[in-house]
Amino acid sequence: MLKRQFDYEHKYQSLKQKVTELRDASTNLDINLAAEIGEMEKRMENLRADKYRQLTPWEKILLIRQPERPTTRDYIEYLCDEWIELHGDRLFGEDRAILTGIGSFQGRPVTIIGHQKGKDTKDNIRNNFGMPHPEGYRKVERMLLQAEKFKRPVLTFIDTAGAYPGVGAEERGQAWAISRVLTTLSALKVPVVAVITGEGGSGGALALAISDRLIMFSHAVFSVASCEACASILWRSLDKAEEMAAALKITAADLLQFGIVDEIIDEPPGGAQQDPDAMADMMGASIKRYLDELLELETDQLLELRYRKLRNVGLDADF
Amino acid sequence: MSFMFGKKKYIPVKLPNDPRTGVLPAQGQSCPNCGVWISADRLSADKGVCPKCNHNLTLSAYQRIELLSDDHSFEEMDADLAAGNILDFPDYEDKLERARQESGLAEAIVTGTACIGGNRTVLAVMDSSFMMGSMGVAVGEKICRAVEQALQLELPLIICSTSGGARMQEGIFSLMQMAKTVAVLERLHKKGLLYISVLTHPTTGGVLASFASMADIIIGESGALLGFTGPRVIKQTIGERLPDNFQRAGFLLDHGMLDLVVERSKLRDTLILLLKLHQEGKGC
Ligand SMILES: [Zn+2]
Repeated sequence: MLKRQFDYEHKYQSLKQKVTELRDASTNLDINLAAEIGEMEKRMENLRADKYRQLTPWEKILLIRQPERPTTRDYIEYLCDEWIELHGDRLFGEDRAILTGIGSFQGRPVTIIGHQKGKDTKDNIRNNFGMPHPEGYRKVERMLLQAEKFKRPVLTFIDTAGAYPGVGAEERGQAWAISRVLTTLSALKVPVVAVITGEGGSGGALALAISDRLIMFSHAVFSVASCEACASILWRSLDKAEEMAAALKITAADLLQFGIVDEIIDEPPGGAQQDPDAMADMMGASIKRYLDELLELETDQLLELRYRKLRNVGLDADF
Repeated sequence: MSFMFGKKKYIPVKLPNDPRTGVLPAQGQSCPNCGVWISADRLSADKGVCPKCNHNLTLSAYQRIELLSDDHSFEEMDADLAAGNILDFPDYEDKLERARQESGLAEAIVTGTACIGGNRTVLAVMDSSFMMGSMGVAVGEKICRAVEQALQLELPLIICSTSGGARMQEGIFSLMQMAKTVAVLERLHKKGLLYISVLTHPTTGGVLASFASMADIIIGESGALLGFTGPRVIKQTIGERLPDNFQRAGFLLDHGMLDLVVERSKLRDTLILLLKLHQEGKGC
């Protein structure tokens, strides 16, 4: 059977709780076990760190889908001194599966775009589980052109299972909306730095990932389609999603090796959800470094480098 | 840059036979829609359209090239370009080999230059008999080279798509072809060259969400199923009946996604008219 939950952290925390209780109990009885318990705690920490270093691709998928995972909004609020969300595609509606706005990042105005998942069921219904409709992508396109007009760099945050597969999405041209964003980003005259913070699912994720620099969290994944869909279609078995996750080579380490990702930001044991502030700090430092580099370039140079990166994808990698 | 000799990049393949002779089936076939038997002569005369129910039978890439272009005007490029098993994906080599044996093609697309009603064009045609016309690295590369050829020769570009979407066996590299193809196409647009996209049955997923929907003029062949997500997955997700005619060419025309829906028998004449209206003096 396919494992649907990654409950290691939950079990670990309950074990840790029991050790704390043991320490309290021994103190109450005047039995000094501090050294032994300290040893045990250290060993537990090490084993946990080992576990998170060796997560399988499928465990990573389960980990990044957990509702405790920080969302785009959390990161924006931490990274920006000031931030204002802006809404709507001016054509049909407002898609809350994608968040857009302008923020002040390290004293510099930036346009920010990211998939927005919810934290609970109510949130998730509002945000459609972070799965955008065409109006979401058309809002993105509008915000990209606005960023270009005001010469603001663009930051994107990627965390989606994919573009929404629904009747309305098809009626309003999901494919057309996505290809326009891909095109606009491929030739946008301002620097674009993208971060895959969680799920990078198919074309719906790719639409925000065309960039000058692509950063990936260490447990994030980036995949041509969901492993469940690939397993069902190619191997006629949803239960093989775990094997498929390994075969598709979707982890940050794979993508770094392929030359598709520029940098991996290591997550602490337990994942980004255990220390969102530390993740945001590390990500902020990387984004700043890249923006400083990219803002040095002439526009023609910036566009030529981005073009070569797209045109030669996979050809420069050593594998 | 040498594309052909990369370790796992592009490799030339030997083809089992010469598919370029393939016109419509020599033996006739029955219509998959109404079941009526159609003789080979009839199939050829009617361009693969059922005389009884008007259903468009699937055309191979070379059949469509013959349908659209002036006699013997097609000159193929990159015929043997193919990609290897870039991810070492299980059983992918066998699948590729089988697809090559069955289709006689190295990959799911045929590209080259052609004359259409005396207008010189770059013409790319996908073939659904090769792994459902899925787009992997080789298909993306052939599209890009076709666009670059159009740029270099300053010719109009016509791409006829048919695709189930991304080639899953090539993973992230297949996804990246979406970005790669639109980036190259954007250069064509900036240079003021014409690109006509012809969407044939079925065109879905990453192909529709990249180069196939980024054209100046988008034509749907009548009856074609066109969409981002296939109807089966949508039905599974929403658990409801889908609207009549959902994702068919006429449905997309009504929703403003296509310039035209054209019957197969009128496709060549429609292209000739559009090329004429954009003519910049590049005859054959
Ligand atoms: Zn029929």
